[in-house]
Amino acid sequence: MAVVMDKPHALLDVARHYCPGCTHGIVHRLVAEAIDALGIEGRTIGVAPVGCSVLAYDYFACDMIEAAHGRAPAVATGVKRSLPENIVFSYQGDGDLASIGLCETVSTACRGENITVIFINNAIYGMTGGQMAPTSLVGQVTQTSPYGRNPETQGYPIRISELLATLDAPQYIERVAVNNVKNVRAAKKAIEKAFRNQVEGKGFSFIEVLSSCPTNWGMTPQKALEWIDEAMIPQYPLGVFRDKEAGK
Amino acid sequence: MQEKVLMKGNEAIAEAAILAGCRHYFGYPITPQTEVAAYMSKKMPKIGGTFLQAESEIAAINMVYGVASTGKRVMTSSSSPGIALKAEGISYLAGADLPALILNVQRGGPGLGGIQPSQADYYFATRGPGHGDFHVLVLAPASVQEMADLTAKAFALAEKYRMPAMLLADGTMGQMMEPVALPDPVDLNGEAPEWATTGTKMQRKHNIANSLYLSPAELERTNIERFERYAKIEEEEPMWEEFMMEDADICIVSCGITARVSRNAIVEARKQGIKVGMIRPITLWPFPKKPLAAAAEKVKSFLCVELNMGQMKEDVELAIRCKKPVDLCFRVGGMIPSPDEVLAAIKNAAEKEA
Amino acid sequence: MREFESIIAGFGGQGLLFSGKVLAYAGLTEGRELSWLPSYGPEMRGGTANCHVILSDSPVGSPIVMKPNVLMVMNLPSLEKFENDVVTGGMIFVDSTLIDKKVARDDVKVFYVPATRLAQEMGAPALANMILLGKLVAETECIEWASLEKGLKKVIPARKADMFDLNMKALEVGKSYCG
Repeated sequence: MAVVMDKPHALLDVARHYCPGCTHGIVHRLVAEAIDALGIEGRTIGVAPVGCSVLAYDYFACDMIEAAHGRAPAVATGVKRSLPENIVFSYQGDGDLASIGLCETVSTACRGENITVIFINNAIYGMTGGQMAPTSLVGQVTQTSPYGRNPETQGYPIRISELLATLDAPQYIERVAVNNVKNVRAAKKAIEKAFRNQVEGKGFSFIEVLSSCPTNWGMTPQKALEWIDEAMIPQYPLGVFRDKEAGK
Repeated sequence: MQEKVLMKGNEAIAEAAILAGCRHYFGYPITPQTEVAAYMSKKMPKIGGTFLQAESEIAAINMVYGVASTGKRVMTSSSSPGIALKAEGISYLAGADLPALILNVQRGGPGLGGIQPSQADYYFATRGPGHGDFHVLVLAPASVQEMADLTAKAFALAEKYRMPAMLLADGTMGQMMEPVALPDPVDLNGEAPEWATTGTKMQRKHNIANSLYLSPAELERTNIERFERYAKIEEEEPMWEEFMMEDADICIVSCGITARVSRNAIVEARKQGIKVGMIRPITLWPFPKKPLAAAAEKVKSFLCVELNMGQMKEDVELAIRCKKPVDLCFRVGGMIPSPDEVLAAIKNAAEKEA
Repeated sequence: MREFESIIAGFGGQGLLFSGKVLAYAGLTEGRELSWLPSYGPEMRGGTANCHVILSDSPVGSPIVMKPNVLMVMNLPSLEKFENDVVTGGMIFVDSTLIDKKVARDDVKVFYVPATRLAQEMGAPALANMILLGKLVAETECIEWASLEKGLKKVIPARKADMFDLNMKALEVGKSYCG
């Protein structure tokens, strides 16, 4: 019998801690599939964040480093400067990358470090139990915005892909979502390209993934996927914000 | 050893690091240690190394963490306020058992403080500079020659015990020039240690550089194991220098620039018939407790000379179990005591015991 | 003078740290114990830049010179700041083009050298520091004159060979000045 689907080699066969319906699992799989497709597992080093995916170092089969909150791009920079022939990626959430680590995010992109950054934007702090994130939407109710995010006192959601696209150095910036089959397919393509760019020495590649958090959004997994379409994509439009290869 | 040359302390450290095989430096400008970054920025590109001016001290120490994870020699340098920012990363290095070298060319504090010499980070350095229960190796050079020698030593110790090492200097040590014979270059074999995250090459289970242990029992075990290693270090690695201690009634304890000033005062006091000597700690952690405890059996009193409000004095009192009185001669804020001030403190101590 | 403890002071930009370095390198070529310590950062008192140079036959204790036996000054604030620190029997070298004031003490030996004027006359106005240093070395004999030449060679990069000749000339002008 032909095998039509198998677990990617780069993803270890261990129980993961993510909540039911969380899309981290999908993104993990897409990253692992990209690593498999490019045959780079043996020379890949991943940097895990602080946040829901803090334990990602136990899930990927490649060498892994656990970074302090927000510092993954700086750690990845150190690794890449030490081992330029290796493939280095960071995997970070919105609190990690867009709030506490914003300085590292922007500066690493600005230097055009030849690394791959996977950014999970689910508009909330998941691990600490559902507080407001820099990417939480206006009016979004969270534990620390119980009356809904009020722009007058809590500011507006930050669009990281657009922000990084103002810089000269990045090679590739794309926002994708993983809330339906079509979007997952596009995300898979984007993530693989972000790794291939690094293999080819092209420079900083950044994939923002709109991801769901049914637990902290207080929704069923199905409803959460719909909410990405209804609420998140209008605020965070999908698309390519930079692709030097395509002259963009 | 190479032929003697004249170098600033900061430059001697930079060159000694390169000779010790360090090819990765990450830093952020701050007075009075910027010569280190300037030296590295000139030299590293020429020898295939990395110099990177990071966006912040926090980023710099995390870049250090990245390189350290790959098993290579790496360093950063800063001065007091910048070291405070690095505290997070130093704790992570300690928690992940990674070697690295951090240079602190101290200036006065707290807050923005000043830019003149200080030893005000003594507690900060010796009590584990960061959150959690840990130590870093702390070495305190008192000459440009030691700036070079202790740099090589610090790298070696950090690797031997898999922990961060800090060179604790001050503005005077960093800025002054003295003749220095640089050590011979170290030929590192280039083999990454077995714990390094350098890629599995599909030949082994993945390595993880990590300080997170969600199981309290496991975290407790790593803490206890680390402190067993620390106990060995406290037993085997303390370094100190004794000066005119053979017949001393008063023992000065001082490190770095104040040990230099004290030396002048001791020579003068001896001319006046006062039997005074000095134990100069070279490692501040591990603190040289044994020679101090031994001295406590012979001398009548101790005198700490420090550029802080008496931080090392506590370690001396602990080391000698408060068996003898410990006086303090200090200046702070960037002020340095003159040999005459130290001499006056010696005379005062001599009168008290008489 | 074998136990030489000096302060060399003036405005930033007058080349005083450089003069001190030449002395230190000269000492190095003689295998002497020595230290060179600059002031650093924005100077807090009196707008002066200075360096402390110690040359000795025994290991240098504190590199900070509190009681100089030689003072070389190129501005008035520096003279006023350090004049009284000089030990009895010490020497003070004054650029008399830039400093009108006479040293009030009579227990020290003072050399007034119009270094800035002499430098202008030799067409190298930036080398007043070296003229004054030439006088200092000639009078104190803190190092051999030949060592000064060797020291200068180490401080001036090889690509600036013409600068070396000019600096040597300035040192000679100072050495032979009789005022």
